[in-house]
Amino acid sequence: MKALRTGGGLSVRIEPRALLVGALLCVAALLVAVVLIGTGDFEIPATDVVSTLLGNGSTAHTFIINDLRLPRVLVGLLVGAALGLAGAIFQSISRNPLGSPDIIGFGQGSTVGALTVIVLFHGSAVAVAAGSLVGGLVTGVVIYLLAWKRGVHGYRLVLVGIGAAAILTALNGYLLTKADLVDAARAYVWMAGSLNGRDWDQVWPLLALCAVLVPLALAYARPLRMLEMGDDVAYALGVRPERTRIVLMLAAVLLTAAATAAAGPVSFVALTAPQVARRLTRSPGPNLFASLLMGATLLIAADLAAQRAFGADTLPVGVLTGVLGGVYLLWLLVAERRAGRI
Amino acid sequence: MGLLASVGVLALLVVASIALGAKQIPVGDVWHGLFHNSGTDNDVVINDLRLPRTVLGLLVGAALGLAGAVLQALTRNPLADPGLLGINAGASAAVVSAISFLGVTSLTGYVWFAFLGAAAVSVLVYALGGVRSATPVRLALAGTAVTAALLGYINAVMLLDSSALDKMRFWTVGSLASASMSTILQVAPFIAVGLLLALGIARPLNAMAMGDDTARALGARVNLTRVLAMTAATVLCGAATAACGPIVFVGLMVPHMVRAFTGPDQRWILPYSTVLSPVLLLGADVIGRLVARPAELQVGIVTALIGGPLFIYLVRRRRMAQL
Repeated sequence: MKALRTGGGLSVRIEPRALLVGALLCVAALLVAVVLIGTGDFEIPATDVVSTLLGNGSTAHTFIINDLRLPRVLVGLLVGAALGLAGAIFQSISRNPLGSPDIIGFGQGSTVGALTVIVLFHGSAVAVAAGSLVGGLVTGVVIYLLAWKRGVHGYRLVLVGIGAAAILTALNGYLLTKADLVDAARAYVWMAGSLNGRDWDQVWPLLALCAVLVPLALAYARPLRMLEMGDDVAYALGVRPERTRIVLMLAAVLLTAAATAAAGPVSFVALTAPQVARRLTRSPGPNLFASLLMGATLLIAADLAAQRAFGADTLPVGVLTGVLGGVYLLWLLVAERRAGRI
Repeated sequence: MGLLASVGVLALLVVASIALGAKQIPVGDVWHGLFHNSGTDNDVVINDLRLPRTVLGLLVGAALGLAGAVLQALTRNPLADPGLLGINAGASAAVVSAISFLGVTSLTGYVWFAFLGAAAVSVLVYALGGVRSATPVRLALAGTAVTAALLGYINAVMLLDSSALDKMRFWTVGSLASASMSTILQVAPFIAVGLLLALGIARPLNAMAMGDDTARALGARVNLTRVLAMTAATVLCGAATAACGPIVFVGLMVPHMVRAFTGPDQRWILPYSTVLSPVLLLGADVIGRLVARPAELQVGIVTALIGGPLFIYLVRRRRMAQL
């Protein structure tokens, strides 16, 4: 760790390893994105992809890339980034590696909203997205209020979330048994979390929301880091604990709900991205920015793997993130146990 | 005394469970149907539909409640429950594989696969959680990780095979509706063995609540007890899940409620859990049959809808971490 100092007494800490990891993750995400754009029924070489993106491609390439594949990849990047960031925030606030939004009920809340629209109203894709947004936000507020007791505390937040997740899962199960088979299949595809057929209509709202919320969350990274030392210490260092928590949780709930509305409840990105990022940067604190980059990379890498292994559009990306995330978490548990850390 | 009263409540619920449903049957006819079966409509409904369902509810309820109590005592973790430890996901994964790859279609065929899956996963989670020093967080994490990986697999299979999806969506909510005598006969021996095993280790479990060293000093055989308890819990959960799908929260909730009035003595907690869990399960089943007549709500849904709020209430009272 190094520090830049100016003559006037200002100083900025710089962590070379974290910066390096951030840069590498950016490069990795871009590389995977280029390969992913080239992947599909109609393969396009990477050089053509880059030249088309820069505006020099042939008409056919321009149509395929700009209208079909680019929006899908952008949705993937944004959803992954939003989930990674939200996961890092929640894990830091709940001080629990399990405290990610898909474990403590937000994903299930969004699912209830979306399934209600699919099963009861047979709604369009836009209506489903709106339903999941509303479901996620309502669940976020309710869980926050239920976990509130002179401040929101980590352990209680996780437990209340697990309870809420069970109730919501039961509701989802009920809705699924009420559906006819066509609706049920549609619901299952949505529930797995998929990037198939996403276009610019999904990109713009997500991009706008991320443009507001990501800087806001990153601005609160320092207070959040101090909060990890405990409320009293943080307060003594000039942080307002409850205000920091409310702002960050609101941002995280919005990010999760928006990401879920765009791609469905993609599981385990929010849980694993912060854990991987933390181990790569080896720096203390919530690692918000690294988690964001890691989430984006992870999601489109999973999408690439799903498309390459099973052919385009057969298997939704969420299926693969669940398997990858679960296996990774198992490895993590074994490694941590061997090191005697948990 | 309390135990006798509980048995009384359970007996009442058994009668209610036989009498109430889409077709109401007077209590007098219930008696007649059970003991003097003469082939009237009511007698057929009772003997072919309601009786197997009620017996299965009794067995599964007792198994889940006792398994939950044993798991909580064993891990000293207030969150331990077959669902949270991934046992349900293991059973589901095995069932979906059986349906999709082996073409098993009958419920009696599922049972063995569900049993195998549950057993494999519970061993895996316990091993990953650290057999000797399983802390609450570690077990919960291990259970979640295994569940996630398995759910991904289950989703993938169901998306690629829509006939499996059609069967699985009803199995996964947990239901007593398809109970039959053959299912009961298949799982009853396992549950009986599990019940005896679990009730027999109440004393060593009491000693182990004070920590391994103290337990050893008091004459308990710690490792043997652990193996027996884990075996009992696996057999009970596996059989229950196999018979009627993953029913969450019965095993979690009942021991917590029981502990509130018995105190920490396992010799009381275990029998009370065994008696009161079927009360909850049969109660939920009857409610599920009554609220949506003539259709019905699956019992797994009703237990989660009742159990979830109660669980959150318990968490808010801060009694959860004390075990």
